[in-house]
Amino acid sequence: MMDPETRQALFGYALRLGDTSLVLGHRLSEWCGHAPELEEDIALTNVALDLVGHARLLLAYAGEVEGEGRDEDRLAYRRDVLDYRNHLLAEQPNRDFGHTIVRQFLHDAWAVELYDRLAGSTDAGLAGIAAKAVKEVRYHVRHSGDWLIRLGDGTDVSHTRMRDALERLWPCTGEMFERDSAEDRLVAAGIAPDPAELRAAWNARVAAVLAEATLERPADGWMQKGGRRGEHSEHLGYLLAEMQFLPRAYPDAVW
Amino acid sequence: MDRKDWPLFEIFIRPKNGLSHKHVGSLHAADARMALDNARDVYTRRGEGVSVWAVPAASIAASDPSDKASLFEPADDKVYRHPTFYDIPPEVKNI
Repeated sequence: MMDPETRQALFGYALRLGDTSLVLGHRLSEWCGHAPELEEDIALTNVALDLVGHARLLLAYAGEVEGEGRDEDRLAYRRDVLDYRNHLLAEQPNRDFGHTIVRQFLHDAWAVELYDRLAGSTDAGLAGIAAKAVKEVRYHVRHSGDWLIRLGDGTDVSHTRMRDALERLWPCTGEMFERDSAEDRLVAAGIAPDPAELRAAWNARVAAVLAEATLERPADGWMQKGGRRGEHSEHLGYLLAEMQFLPRAYPDAVW
Repeated sequence: MDRKDWPLFEIFIRPKNGLSHKHVGSLHAADARMALDNARDVYTRRGEGVSVWAVPAASIAASDPSDKASLFEPADDKVYRHPTFYDIPPEVKNI
């Protein structure tokens, strides 16, 4: 049986992962009907649905671990900005297609390394979710990485846009490798992978793709943090307002 | 963006091992790798396949529809070309 501190840490961990997937999935869904090509429209929507699927599993599991009767819908739709624990990277607006691709790649490169390791977690619940998610995320990182290379090593215009997006989003990447006392506990128990190990793998993956994309890796300067503690940019409130409108206006509606 | 730079690809999917690839449709892509990715996203959303071929549409040599009569109709009255005079074992599925 899990001790209460570990249980609380596991709840927080699943919540952070679930929120990050949900917010990023919702962001991508905003492209539905607007992507530059029909084929890409479907591709982005597929990725969005995969992410919402991961969010559903993770939030349902978080609710189960918490043991207070909150299901995934309740966690997704009845929490406000300050209770969200997603990475700041996920909530950044889409801007142009290139910007969306950079955001997606920086996330995917992290997610694929995370789920790959989490599949071997000593916690059977997380391991099961990760084993399912990693197959999808391997495709996501291939898709976003291919586009990053195409656009980075494309025309002058596309290269400049990718470079600008990389500069703009880079300060949001440090947060993915933060580690607090709750994670110390989970790492020690073999439940969660060590963020330092993730960072090394992420660095290698990102460096390889950026080199092929002829883009320079921005310097690791000041990093914007806080999303994991509920301190968000102004963008998240608008996103939640749209995402949560229906269940808030019609609580417990079924169809 | 200059869209005529994106050529058309014809997509073929093999639904399962033992069957042959079947034409499912076409799509636009900048190159072969993107064509495979797009085919995966557009045509295999519901578990349709185990293998995808993407073929540049320009590489396909097609018969002229106006030649239909001379190419295909002569086969209509030659029943002896059909292997209907054999007993097929029930184990043989896809013949």
